[in-house]
Amino acid sequence: MSDVIDEPTVLTPLRGKRLGPLFWVCVGWLALNVLAAILANFLPLIDPLFQNYNVINAGPSLHHLLGTDDLGRDILSRIVFGSRVSLAVGSGAMLIGFGVGMPLGMLAAYRRGRFDSILTAVMYVLLAFPAIIAVIAVISFWTPRTLLKIIIVIGLASVPLVYRVIRGATLAVATKDYVIAAQVQGCTDRRILFRELLPNIAPIAVSFLLIGVATVVTLEGALAFLGLSVNPPTPSWGNMINESRTVMAQNPWLVIFPSLALCLFLLCLNFIGDRLRSYFDVTEVKL
Amino acid sequence: MLKYMVRRLVMLVGIVFVISVGSFYLIHLLPGDPATVILGTGASPANRAILYKQLGLNKPIIEQYFIWIGNVLHGNLGTSFISQTSVASTIRTAFPIDLELIILSQVLAFAAAIPLAMRSARKPNGFLDRVLSAGSFTLLSIPPFIIIVLLVLFISIKLGVNNTGPSSFVPFTSDWVINLESLSLPAFTLAIASFVVYFRILRSDMIATLQEEFITMARSKGLSRRRIMWRHAFRPSSVALLGTAGVNIGGLLAGSFVVQYLLGIPGLGYTLIAGIASSDYLLVQGIVLVVSVGVVLINFFFDFIISLVDPRISRE
Repeated sequence: MSDVIDEPTVLTPLRGKRLGPLFWVCVGWLALNVLAAILANFLPLIDPLFQNYNVINAGPSLHHLLGTDDLGRDILSRIVFGSRVSLAVGSGAMLIGFGVGMPLGMLAAYRRGRFDSILTAVMYVLLAFPAIIAVIAVISFWTPRTLLKIIIVIGLASVPLVYRVIRGATLAVATKDYVIAAQVQGCTDRRILFRELLPNIAPIAVSFLLIGVATVVTLEGALAFLGLSVNPPTPSWGNMINESRTVMAQNPWLVIFPSLALCLFLLCLNFIGDRLRSYFDVTEVKL
Repeated sequence: MLKYMVRRLVMLVGIVFVISVGSFYLIHLLPGDPATVILGTGASPANRAILYKQLGLNKPIIEQYFIWIGNVLHGNLGTSFISQTSVASTIRTAFPIDLELIILSQVLAFAAAIPLAMRSARKPNGFLDRVLSAGSFTLLSIPPFIIIVLLVLFISIKLGVNNTGPSSFVPFTSDWVINLESLSLPAFTLAIASFVVYFRILRSDMIATLQEEFITMARSKGLSRRRIMWRHAFRPSSVALLGTAGVNIGGLLAGSFVVQYLLGIPGLGYTLIAGIASSDYLLVQGIVLVVSVGVVLINFFFDFIISLVDPRISRE
């Protein structure tokens, strides 16, 4: 596989290229999601765990904007609180993935030599291992299951991917004239890594980061769907969809709203990542 | 060519070795005593002693690995503590279902993706191309577990189509019509996910290929459009598609558990999740091993096909 993947290249943004209004709509929607997740406790929302048996499986109404579930809990509030799990897993896992994979990838591409060849061989072997199976196996037997453990497992599983992308991106700029000029001037390695290389691989890193978050959020959703994420009654988008399966015939809203929330979130992330990539004209590196 | 394949084969053996070590030590990587992980905290000392003996847990860990790998190579993956059946026979009954799902979904995905991508690439930014690109981008953001839930909601529940809902699966050998009906929604779901990826990759590669000089040359020779598209442009554009298909099919082997879980289709994914739910450690270990090796073999196979399609790759 490795032979077919193009190494990414970096070009400066072309003049006259625009991000477009849809890009900013997506940024706005994501910002709204993040703000709502952070400020959920201060928003005028009904307690997501409060069970009101007078309104069970109700459709959307003024009092419950998105209706209630089979236990009379408010769906809107559960979606907002549920987004915390997705956001925490998405950002936490990518923090670990980039925290470990990015310095290693940059160092390997800059130093080359034996350090690079050994590390790269190890990472390619790890990449051949189907990560999703490993993640499921570890998460399922590492009890009791907590959000932090899920974040750690997914984060570590993403390290080889991040490493491959960042190493490829750094390789493309590490032999540029300005890097050699900096070396000739006697700059320290640290200065070259942070001031010369980092700004030039940032566009690739950012668009890959966004797509990575989308992938991790999808994975968490699938895990929750299988009952392998945070334990109920804590809401998450995935386990809301999972719980709604049994009452799907009576209350389809219960499936549709969390699905919509998740899909819109992923669509925005993918769209922003894709736009940034074509804005900076980065050749595609598949996640 | 031969040298290239030998090099790949050596790498393959190395990776399979790492995978076997990984699946074997899975239980030792986890905190706590293996017997507690398998039997739970309430197990009696007598049961723990039996388990220790059965797994050879009191021998040195390297020796344990060699005993285990010796058994595995003889096709013996152990006997489940929960169901008292052989893990290997459980896997043998589950695997054909995965195979059927993969074949159905891939046939659908390729049958849709290849003609549509070729059509799209002929007029980039034309009407058809824009509709398909926007549509495939939207589908890219809908996870399979949502697609399958919505399909079940609308088709099996609202429309009431027979034999498509949860737990309507019957084996192919007992009634193949109902079997195909019950697999239609999951196969369609997996096909959508694959189609999106294949379409996007083939479209962008085709657009790039059609700008090459040999295409202009073929045109100026007056060759028919169909011949140019299929004979001249398709082959050089299909390398990335094949690579992705390898990764994707491997991913289906490991990742179709979501649709299987929802509809109660007893393939490997469903069996894996059921094994996890009942803490059937040996079953999980066996499936992890078989699926991981399967994924690696599929990738190896596609690498081989790619080197046939584009011989330059094996010569670098």
